[in-house]
Amino acid sequence: MDKKNTAFLKRPGVQTILASVLCAVLGIIMGYIILLFMNPEHATEGMVAILKNFFKFSGKPQQLMYYLGSTLVKSVPVILCAEAILFAYKAGLFNIGAAGQYTIGILVSLYTSLALGWNWFFCVLAAVLAGALWGALCGFFKAFCNVNEVIAGIMLNWIGLYLCNIILSNETCMNTTKSETYDIAAKNPSGVLPGFLQGVFGNNQYMSIAVPITILVAIIILVVLNMTTFGYELKATGHNKEAAKYAGMNAKRNIILTLAISGAISGLAASLYYLTSIEHFKIASSVPGMGFSGIAVAFLGGLHPIGTIVAGLFVEYITLGGQYLNTNYFNPQVADLMIAIIIYLCGFVLFFKSILNKPRKKSLDANKNNKVASGVTAKKEV
Amino acid sequence: MVLLIQYTLIFSAVLILVALGGMFSERSGIINLGLEGIMVFGAMAGGMVMVLLPDTVSKATIVILTLIAAACAGMISSLLIGIACIYFKADQTLIGTAVNMLATAAATVIVKAFNTNRSNGTDFSAKLDYVRGHDAFMFSIGSLQLSWFVVVAAVLLVIAIVLFYKTKFALRLRACGEHPQAADSVGINVYAMRYAGVLMSGFLAGLGGIIYIAAANSTWHFDYGVAGAGFLALAVMIFGQWKPERIAWSAILFAVFRSLSNVYMGIGFLHALPISGTVYNMFPYIVSLIVLAFTSSNSRAPKAEGIPYDKGSR
Repeated sequence: MDKKNTAFLKRPGVQTILASVLCAVLGIIMGYIILLFMNPEHATEGMVAILKNFFKFSGKPQQLMYYLGSTLVKSVPVILCAEAILFAYKAGLFNIGAAGQYTIGILVSLYTSLALGWNWFFCVLAAVLAGALWGALCGFFKAFCNVNEVIAGIMLNWIGLYLCNIILSNETCMNTTKSETYDIAAKNPSGVLPGFLQGVFGNNQYMSIAVPITILVAIIILVVLNMTTFGYELKATGHNKEAAKYAGMNAKRNIILTLAISGAISGLAASLYYLTSIEHFKIASSVPGMGFSGIAVAFLGGLHPIGTIVAGLFVEYITLGGQYLNTNYFNPQVADLMIAIIIYLCGFVLFFKSILNKPRKKSLDANKNNKVASGVTAKKEV
Repeated sequence: MVLLIQYTLIFSAVLILVALGGMFSERSGIINLGLEGIMVFGAMAGGMVMVLLPDTVSKATIVILTLIAAACAGMISSLLIGIACIYFKADQTLIGTAVNMLATAAATVIVKAFNTNRSNGTDFSAKLDYVRGHDAFMFSIGSLQLSWFVVVAAVLLVIAIVLFYKTKFALRLRACGEHPQAADSVGINVYAMRYAGVLMSGFLAGLGGIIYIAAANSTWHFDYGVAGAGFLALAVMIFGQWKPERIAWSAILFAVFRSLSNVYMGIGFLHALPISGTVYNMFPYIVSLIVLAFTSSNSRAPKAEGIPYDKGSR
């Protein structure tokens, strides 16, 4: 029994899930401690409000389903951004530029919809292409100029944000008195994404085909990474760039292509969110946080396309839970803080796994240690 | 024009300090992407000290206490990176990003709670006002208004250059960033050196944070963090090739472009150009991207940066 148990704990998949759950639980506990510091009397009540979330409507199924639908719709962009980051990460690239590609996606999808009055399909397509272009630009700097993709991505984030502010802040796209874009449903009904099972979700008008598309994208990424030559090449390049080059893979092309695809997914994320018209773009002085939350979600999801969906729903659930806090005692940013703590804790996953692997040195264990060691040397080569 | 010089001095002070911080950390082998977050923590601590100090305190005390608070907050928050990346061997890019997110969220929550407490529940904003503190730092030479911050930055730059090139400590630090195994084999404690590098980066970035918010403004909204200044400093550091004197020059170059967005209104021919103000905001980022594109191909980063040191590995 004991033997079987250890073997179960040593499976990488199980360890990843355990580690992620541990991160989430620890993050929630830390969040509770922070609430205690802020207001000891109402801390428990606040935590319950975050965790109970929309289930406080459980008496009224109609409303419950409505808010469930809203949570699903709102978690679409963060899940897709996480998929974008995960995809690049598998190829050894840290696409922090997803935030900028997402911003460009907002810009293009809203501009084509509000100013040009295009149909939703072409708006989404345009946003995907623009995101891909922005990602490819980052990849170009990485492949040909040796600029670290993190730095290039960050610079492109800010350039993208200011571009977005400049182009969208005119009369055709924006209600300039509120400095907020017009409602798509009112201005260009053909630009709104088609609905999906709206009846089931309490006639939630924002429930759209974005949700099934997200699941589809996750599955496609899973298939591409694990069952195609291209996916294999990407992962090989990520493991050891020099070895991949030696094996005849075109490293430069792969870098640009990876970031372009990653950017395309980020662009898709933006268009699938903003074209439901659930939220309007406001002139912003900082880059939308979606790309950064995506990093959190990708790591919390154990860098697995399907795990990412679960993690995305969880993170969005907590973030939205912040809104149920009683603002007399707390402010909603506590939820953001909890998310930030959770992603910080994700950094300790490797340590956690090594603890799980340490106690018994069996052949399986030695094998894994070898793998880790070779992983470390591979990283050194990059 | 005077205004342009003023702003350039302030921004170069910020960029020099933060980029030097990044340099010491990366030279010891730890990529510090969390500079932005450390700046926020430093800014928050310094700002709160300026708000809390009573009116009767002399200017010199305000200056010294604010700087100490910012530096301490920077060092403490840099330990978040140090402990995770050195002791627990965590992914440095991930931890850096996490610290940035953590800092913005934490600063918003803390400043809001701070304001709520001080105002007995009438003020929920994430904003600090410190007009008096801001004034305490100013002195002028002729028509040029200067800030003590700039002096502090200049002194620290000189110290950093001397430290970096003339001391045994820096040589050991650099060895840990290039080839930690070799450094260990001659009896240098790699972990201690890396902690030293990270703490120095925390010290410098914390100071950079308070300068960024207090030298040119007398209020600050903490919802926005420090708006990418930490990342700009990283670009400065790479452009400066991880060498203090080159970092100083590149910081000044970047600072000129950064200040243009603040003062272009006052410069006749720039104001006349048919370009909106937002374009000037974009300038420093575009320039740094282009500059990096041309300079990075033969850039020489410390060899072992980003790799957790493991005594057992070959």
